[in-house]
Amino acid sequence: MSPVLFNLLLQSIWETVIMTLASGVISFVAGLPLALVLVATDRGGIAENLVVNRALGWVINGFRSVPFIILLVALIPLTRLLVGTSLGTAAAIVPLAIAAAPYYARVAEVSLREVDPGLIEAARAMGGNRWTIVREVLVPEALPGIVAGFTVTLVTLVGASAMAGAIGAGGLGDLAIRYGYQRFETGVMIAVVAVLIVLVSGLQWFGDRLVARLDHRG
Amino acid sequence: MTGRNVTSQPSATAFAAVDPVTGVSETPVVVLSGVNRSFGPTRALDDLSLTVRRGEILGIIGRSGAGKSTLIRCLNGLERPDSGRIEIEGRNIVGLSEGELQPIRRKIGMIFQHFNLMSAKTVLDNVALPLKIAGWAKAERRARALELLDLVGLSDKAGSYPAALSGGQKQRVGIARALSARPALLLSDEATSALDPETTRSILTLLKDINRKLGVTVVLITHEMEVVRTIGDRVAVLEAGRIVEQGEVWHVFSDPKTELTQSLLSGVRPQLPVHIASRLSPGGSETVLGVDLTDPGLGNGLFAEILAHLPSAHFLHGGIDHIHDQPVARFFLTVPREPASLVDEAIAYLRSINARVEVLGHVSRPV
Repeated sequence: MSPVLFNLLLQSIWETVIMTLASGVISFVAGLPLALVLVATDRGGIAENLVVNRALGWVINGFRSVPFIILLVALIPLTRLLVGTSLGTAAAIVPLAIAAAPYYARVAEVSLREVDPGLIEAARAMGGNRWTIVREVLVPEALPGIVAGFTVTLVTLVGASAMAGAIGAGGLGDLAIRYGYQRFETGVMIAVVAVLIVLVSGLQWFGDRLVARLDHRG
Repeated sequence: MTGRNVTSQPSATAFAAVDPVTGVSETPVVVLSGVNRSFGPTRALDDLSLTVRRGEILGIIGRSGAGKSTLIRCLNGLERPDSGRIEIEGRNIVGLSEGELQPIRRKIGMIFQHFNLMSAKTVLDNVALPLKIAGWAKAERRARALELLDLVGLSDKAGSYPAALSGGQKQRVGIARALSARPALLLSDEATSALDPETTRSILTLLKDINRKLGVTVVLITHEMEVVRTIGDRVAVLEAGRIVEQGEVWHVFSDPKTELTQSLLSGVRPQLPVHIASRLSPGGSETVLGVDLTDPGLGNGLFAEILAHLPSAHFLHGGIDHIHDQPVARFFLTVPREPASLVDEAIAYLRSINARVEVLGHVSRPV
């Protein structure tokens, strides 16, 4: 592999990492509260409100139904409004985050639902309010699942970021298509796949370690 | 915030009219009147009225589905009745908002069948959680939680997570947690039902200790008569959302009025042995009598005196049991049917010493 290609590879790794982490953090910050709202407003929840629950459910399902490549294009006006441009790595973060937040909301929702209702009842019996229940029970008790779900989301984002090449965002997927596939640079293709394997495995390993440390359920 | 006063004692001693022997005061902690609660067509609580006296341990017993859980959860507002009054320390809590109920719940501890400890918190943090909710400072929370862990004998487990504890230890943590904010009332929701008999005994002993030492009023629900027998001062029997019988435990045990109570008691009271019960026939040569008697003299020779008075009777089964400090006798005798006067005389004598006598049937010797 030529030094030029090698530098391109390094740059692509960096772009992929930035896109994954930035959109991952945004989807976590947006998705976890959405998940809490979904669980809290559901029937028998700590803030039951079926209108809000159903409405939010539809919105989340709506976003999740749109194929990512369509979302990428459809969100161009919003991206331009937020980032100032519809091209490049920064521009890709907007659609990536908007696609991943509803996904992560559903993943985190599953973990929150698995919290033993007896624990919520215990916190209520102690005189705790809704915020206490969220802070002392729901989030801490669901934390292993919340972190495991976030790992899954990050790995999914690594894959999704490859499509962001379509709007000139760069990244490893873009490199593999333009050099590895279209210019028959088999070495680049192999290198990209190898880097992706290392990246995904590393993320998964780190996530699993963290979950093991957080999980005291025995 | 009153909760910051770490040295204050529960309010039990602040009231007059305390019985010097039992420490039980007549000022009720809880008064329920005309409480109704339905779930669809099912009436879980049906015009229920009940009083919990200060300092007592009240056992509420019933079969599953009798409304026990609904009842106990009404006492801290986790369940809302459809109608009626629930007075806690003189204040009606029916109709209060969630926000108004929260400060009241902080003064009511609760323990659960499945312990309901936070798996992500250490034992210490679990015990300190009610104090955190009540707004205590961190150092005070820690000191108070350690004090409670010492009380339940788990000081060495402060840094462990609940998953590392046995069932009995988990319930001890549950008790420490329920008591940390110095409640005047402790609710126990089948607290020993998931534990083995030996652990059950140690948990019940702990509850009794706490009741005596701290003066905390305890309301416990259970389906096991043994629990009520071991620690209850009074018992209320619940069936289909109504209290069908209530009174001092020894009194209800020695003279159960309803069929349900008798059936619930069957496991903890002597019963006519099955092989004899199955052989009862109208043509038997001896009459089988079931006798119930409560008399302080039972422990002091009365029992031997009774048998001496009835030389023709054969002692079949049963004996004396003690519920708290009350000796309660339940036993079975056979008396020959010929001459007929023997049975009549035996019954007359037993009734003269205030025993309850039941003719259960006839059986032929040898039994």
